[in-house]
Amino acid sequence: MKNIVEINGLTKNYFNKKALKDINLKIEEGKVVGILGPNGSGKTTLIKILTGLLRETKGEVFIDGHRVGVYTKSIVSYLPDRNFLYNWMTIRDAFEFFKDFYQDFDEEKFKDLLDFMKLKMDMKITTLSKGMHEKLNLSLVLSRNAKLYVLDEPIAGVDPVARDQILDAIINNYNRNSSMLITTHLVRDMENIFDEVVFLKEGEMALMGNAEALREERGKHIDDIYKEIFGE
Amino acid sequence: MEFNENLPIYIQIMNLLKSKIVSGEINEGDKLPSVRELSKQLKVNPNTIQRAYQELEREELVFTQRGMGTFVTEDVEMIKKLKKDMATNIVQEFLVKMKKLGFNSKEIMEILSEWVEKEERE
Repeated sequence: MKNIVEINGLTKNYFNKKALKDINLKIEEGKVVGILGPNGSGKTTLIKILTGLLRETKGEVFIDGHRVGVYTKSIVSYLPDRNFLYNWMTIRDAFEFFKDFYQDFDEEKFKDLLDFMKLKMDMKITTLSKGMHEKLNLSLVLSRNAKLYVLDEPIAGVDPVARDQILDAIINNYNRNSSMLITTHLVRDMENIFDEVVFLKEGEMALMGNAEALREERGKHIDDIYKEIFGE
Repeated sequence: MEFNENLPIYIQIMNLLKSKIVSGEINEGDKLPSVRELSKQLKVNPNTIQRAYQELEREELVFTQRGMGTFVTEDVEMIKKLKKDMATNIVQEFLVKMKKLGFNSKEIMEILSEWVEKEERE
């Protein structure tokens, strides 16, 4: 099967601090990969390199066979872990903004997602709750017909109902021709949607594998393996 | 649905579907939900559902018709056998646990018939 992402020997240093050490990772087409680790383990650094916001110190990163650059940015849809919309905007403004900015933005898909999330076009960004923000941001990001979706902590800090809607939206959007890379430390809530999981510990890959194979091999949930790796 | 057992999710989904088949909630020859539907319903990766269906097909409990979907076997004998196998597992597990508690076979029989009678009276 075709690899959407290929990372070889990736290292990232911030001055003397090593944020990522020798990461090797392949993500096949149609796979959902969970990057698991506590705060400060390097998850966001890895994502910022994939999305072209940071440069690697060493190693190579390919997305759909290309080095990170203009082309890869056009096929990667990224959900940052913080709000990226302006306060003066309404949802309609955000929608127009995305439509103008991204050629692969699918209007119909967005309208469906908005309905599903129970959001309205004329709502103002400033009046949205944290859960609604997250739902809007995800709707925008999933409405692009991208090859790779990169979702940074999509369910952090939202209530259980919003969390379920977000998980549903992610599952509904699954398709065989694109891949998803999702970071989270809320492992129990998300583990059932991953094909593969990568445990990042202090910038290194502590463990990686097929989620079902790991459950079988260790007789444990991914969540329990997480606690084992990051406990103490 | 919560997947609480320490088993791969696909096996837990297989067990869920098997108990629906033997209990008659899903009948022989019935169409199973599509991979995508069940994936949404259970909030589980579609590839995991696919795997569960493939394994059920390997056990010949379901069959796939191209472009139509996945169906439960029409072989009633097979479903009966599955039901019996599942019952055997439960009984074996029960016996192991009771013996661990220190009951002998005679005592187990007594407790069991006592409860069955009680249930019937209610």
